[in-house]
Amino acid sequence: MSVLDQTRVDRPSPRPRRLSWTVSDAAVMIDRGMRHTLRNGDALFMSVFLPIMLLLLFVYVFGGAIDVGTGYINYVVPGIILLCAGFGAATTAVGVTNDMTTGIIDRFRSLPIATWTVVLGHVVASMARNLFATGLVLGIAVAIGFRPTASPLDWVGAIAVVALFILMMTWVSVMFGLIAKTADAASGFTFFILFLPYVSSAFVPTDTMPAALHGFAEHQPITPIIETVRGLLMGTPIGNSWWIALLWCAAILLVVVPISSHLFRSRTRV
Amino acid sequence: MSPGRNVVIEATNLHKSFKSTSVLRGVNLTVEEGTMLALLGPNGAGKTTTVRILSTLLPFDDGRAMVAGYDVNRQADQVRSIIGLTGQYASVDELLTGYENLVMIGRLYHLGKAQAKRRAAELLEQFDLMDAAKRAVKTYSGGMRRRLDLAASLIAVPPIIFLDEPTTGLDPRSRQAMWAVIADLLAGGTTILLTTQYLEEADQLADRVAVIDDGRIIAEGTADELKGRVGTERLELSFSRASDLTSALAVLDEESAQVDDERLVVSLAVEGADDVRRRLNALHDVPVQITDMSLSRPTLDDVFFSVTGSVQDDNGSAQHKADEGVTAA
Repeated sequence: MSVLDQTRVDRPSPRPRRLSWTVSDAAVMIDRGMRHTLRNGDALFMSVFLPIMLLLLFVYVFGGAIDVGTGYINYVVPGIILLCAGFGAATTAVGVTNDMTTGIIDRFRSLPIATWTVVLGHVVASMARNLFATGLVLGIAVAIGFRPTASPLDWVGAIAVVALFILMMTWVSVMFGLIAKTADAASGFTFFILFLPYVSSAFVPTDTMPAALHGFAEHQPITPIIETVRGLLMGTPIGNSWWIALLWCAAILLVVVPISSHLFRSRTRV
Repeated sequence: MSPGRNVVIEATNLHKSFKSTSVLRGVNLTVEEGTMLALLGPNGAGKTTTVRILSTLLPFDDGRAMVAGYDVNRQADQVRSIIGLTGQYASVDELLTGYENLVMIGRLYHLGKAQAKRRAAELLEQFDLMDAAKRAVKTYSGGMRRRLDLAASLIAVPPIIFLDEPTTGLDPRSRQAMWAVIADLLAGGTTILLTTQYLEEADQLADRVAVIDDGRIIAEGTADELKGRVGTERLELSFSRASDLTSALAVLDEESAQVDDERLVVSLAVEGADDVRRRLNALHDVPVQITDMSLSRPTLDDVFFSVTGSVQDDNGSAQHKADEGVTAA
């Protein structure tokens, strides 16, 4: 194997980074994230099939026994959508940890690129993956009897809230991915995220819970987000949930993004 | 230093500490254009730290690091666009295929999509990875990963390459293949800084060798110069009877002979295979029985012994053999 007979290569001459390069680097990293999603069986399963299984489980197995005063499917679908988005986003943590703990980050750092595009690739891929999964779950829900009453404007609002939620969950998991030293620890985070929607109004109204849990469920971020999505899709009263939901998302992003960026910089400059 | 060659890699008085541990204590080295310097030293000597600094991955505390006239600290992007780096651990994406890895790295060197694809195909061919091109890298063997990793470093045909222990952990066949690639690169005019624990590797490939120990360069020169300081190869002959040993010594009439009367072993300084044959021929007509014969080459430990006056461990004899790496071939 001779490496001498290579054809001529037109390599850009050395110069400081240019914006057009950063844009193309970002595109390459996003492409990488997308390929990862399709290759990584676990993440794909978590993001797409698990929520579908949960939807069927809640509608057909538990649904008959849970009385929420309306068709349970119409109550539970918004919760399933958020559960699905939360799961899918949490898998981002494992991808980030893998990048940071294997040699690949050194490869990227030795290239003339903006290294933060590595994280951008994960974030964008997570958005795409989870919006796709959300669409799929919605489609199946409609097929098995989910009847949203939303106007086109309500739909836009609901999708925007879900997208914001996915973005927030993705960044939270990026942060955990940067903190975790092993992929196992990072996937432990996914497990933790699993529990939050259960102790919210996602599957049962919170007033059916014991007082202590009720208090937590009412004031944790998932509940106002779910109430907002449910209100937009099903016409249930939203009240002040929408702005509490937005406030939660914005506040968490404002904390988590700077922490992640600090962690990333300190971990890539050892 | 031959005239007309530019120095393209230059480290001046590099200092680096991790917390309170001083890893580099003033490393100085230069590599001229189109040549190869082997940085030879044991684990923990500072080899990887030096390479990581010169390839912009690691900030340093004091000193100066220049690559192709660019300051590694202040002009990292320029340096990154003209270097290739292959580390001790394969820096490739496990989930992507070999082909996808190379195209991705090519595009990150800003080669353009079409050119990145063309180079990826070329390199897969050259590195004998065509059959595995469409498979995810996680299915690759260790040797295949390292080949892909080196291919990734070469995709933009960088004029300067850093190879951090490129053959550590490879089986002998993969090691030979890696050496062939490195020799080709050198023949093509690439400037190379290679780190290794193996004297043999430095000997085979490098124009110059710098020995690093405890964060300092303790010796520098051509492989021959270093070996001259270490001593020559030694031929050891074992006998079963003391009388045989005496008769053999009489014939050999050898000043350099070291005799071990208890083990009945004679050790002679030799220079190459022809010399060995000459000694053995001399014993041809003498009725002695040689029960065993071995050729020992200078080991990395011998180099350390000669330049530092001490070996790494307690049994500090000059004939101490390295337990890894260099073996009598």
